[in-house]
Amino acid sequence: MKPDQALKHAVLLFATFLALVPTIFMIMTSLKGQDEYTFNKVGLPQAVVFDHYETILFGSPFFAWMGNSIILAVGAVLLSTVVSCLGAYAIARMQFRGRGLLFSVSTSLMAVPPVVMIVPLFVLYTQLELISTFRGTIVIYAGLITPFAVYLLTTFFRTLPREIFEAARMDGASDFFILRRIVVPLSLPALLTLVVVNALYVWNDLLIAIIFLQDDSKRTLMAGISVFQGRYENQIPLTMAAMVIASAPMVILYIAFQKYFIRGLMAGAVK
Amino acid sequence: MSQSSRLTPYLYVAPLVVLLAFVFGYPLVRIFEFSFKLVRGINGPWIGWRNYELILGQDLFWESVRHNLFLLLAVPVMVGWSLLVSVMLYERVRGWKLYRVVLFAPYILAIPIIAVVMKKMFQFSGPVNEVLRWLGLDFLALDWIGSSDVALWTVMLLIIWRESALGIILFLARLLSIDEALVEAAHLDGASWWQRVRFVFLPQMKLVIEFYVVVSVITMLSSVFAYIYMMGGGRGGPGTSTMVLELYIFSALTKTSLPGIASAVSVLLFLVSLLLIVPLFAVRRQANEEGVAS
Repeated sequence: MKPDQALKHAVLLFATFLALVPTIFMIMTSLKGQDEYTFNKVGLPQAVVFDHYETILFGSPFFAWMGNSIILAVGAVLLSTVVSCLGAYAIARMQFRGRGLLFSVSTSLMAVPPVVMIVPLFVLYTQLELISTFRGTIVIYAGLITPFAVYLLTTFFRTLPREIFEAARMDGASDFFILRRIVVPLSLPALLTLVVVNALYVWNDLLIAIIFLQDDSKRTLMAGISVFQGRYENQIPLTMAAMVIASAPMVILYIAFQKYFIRGLMAGAVK
Repeated sequence: MSQSSRLTPYLYVAPLVVLLAFVFGYPLVRIFEFSFKLVRGINGPWIGWRNYELILGQDLFWESVRHNLFLLLAVPVMVGWSLLVSVMLYERVRGWKLYRVVLFAPYILAIPIIAVVMKKMFQFSGPVNEVLRWLGLDFLALDWIGSSDVALWTVMLLIIWRESALGIILFLARLLSIDEALVEAAHLDGASWWQRVRFVFLPQMKLVIEFYVVVSVITMLSSVFAYIYMMGGGRGGPGTSTMVLELYIFSALTKTSLPGIASAVSVLLFLVSLLLIVPLFAVRRQANEEGVAS
């Protein structure tokens, strides 16, 4: 039993080491001076410097990029969640023709890769002058995350007990009232999971961001990073400080809301 | 039922239908149309199968296809590694919850961020090679990023590193839902560790493994853009050594302005994803019935 146990720990510690090593390298390097990195790439920083953080925080557009990413994530998640709540409520609780078809088509769209949709949308947006506009891009993101939202909410709404709806209807409540005052409050855990997955998707996306937001002032954080890394190719400690700042928001949210992140990303594995 | 209440459901689904029709429906129809046209700007003349003939006769297209297929090699590694780690975690060593948080972290970090970090770590004169040389493994100190023979392997390493995190979490969730009496009974029967894995865990995990394999295959064929774009300097470089289908579409659209060509490749990729939808939903439904995937 003894060597068995030791082996288990060895495997787990190795896995942990692998999972953390890029983060450790990133943080350690960000605290080294540009000169120190040339001769000390692996070890702890000998003289800790915070200059790179200062440069990034006060002399780079990182905050502007984050602001843009926040606008897109909030806009797309809000739009998609409202549309999906209405749609999923009807699919789960109402009788109408085409209900099954709508649900299966919507669910199948989860497996269609986003790259397939970009060509016609790019051509259309060029024509409509919607390239590099937040509203245009928000609609695309909202659309891309909606099939998963409809799938998750419909399955969740179906699990709510029938009696609640019947009782509310007896009291003369309208559908919209039932959805807003009863269904949504009861579905908060599912909604939170959904918001986490979808916001993370928009925040982390690179493909749509670089195609549809080409204007410098509209760049998202991820698109900004792709530009940044080319420009500061050889300033590795500075680049690492930038990466620490860029990953900070999601890492903090992850630590605070682990449960929702883990549950949500498992449910959204299709993406 | 009154007239208005018969219409109500349609009012509720209308925004959904409009949104999906715009973001999915419209493009899916247009890629078929564009793929038969010589599109310049916003439209162009009908040219039949010429776009398809062009791409199918082009080395770069086939090279991209080969690279996507090559990335499938990552899937068995991801499955094996995730299985090993999740089974180890399941045996409830102290602090498994903390392990879980740490081991899932790679999946939280955005691909562009982690790609930048990895690129610096794997530079020819970077820390990874420095450690390898220090260990006396000089023959392994390759030009990970800059050599066209190695670059795609390096990208694959990054993909395995990040996507395995999902496998570990999915597998662990399934293991935790196995009836403990089963495991206990195996223990009492004197089953060795390997026998427990082989005859208790693996049969119970069959569905979740299938689910993960299908999801990963879809990822390798159609969702590696961010990895490739960041690691290959936006061009699938060095040379064309990391070119994949998504980047091919991206370049045909934005760099060479050939929406017709880009659409023809999109159509082919869409047809492949249609083929994968069937197994995906089969395993997803089964996995859901077991309560693992959602």
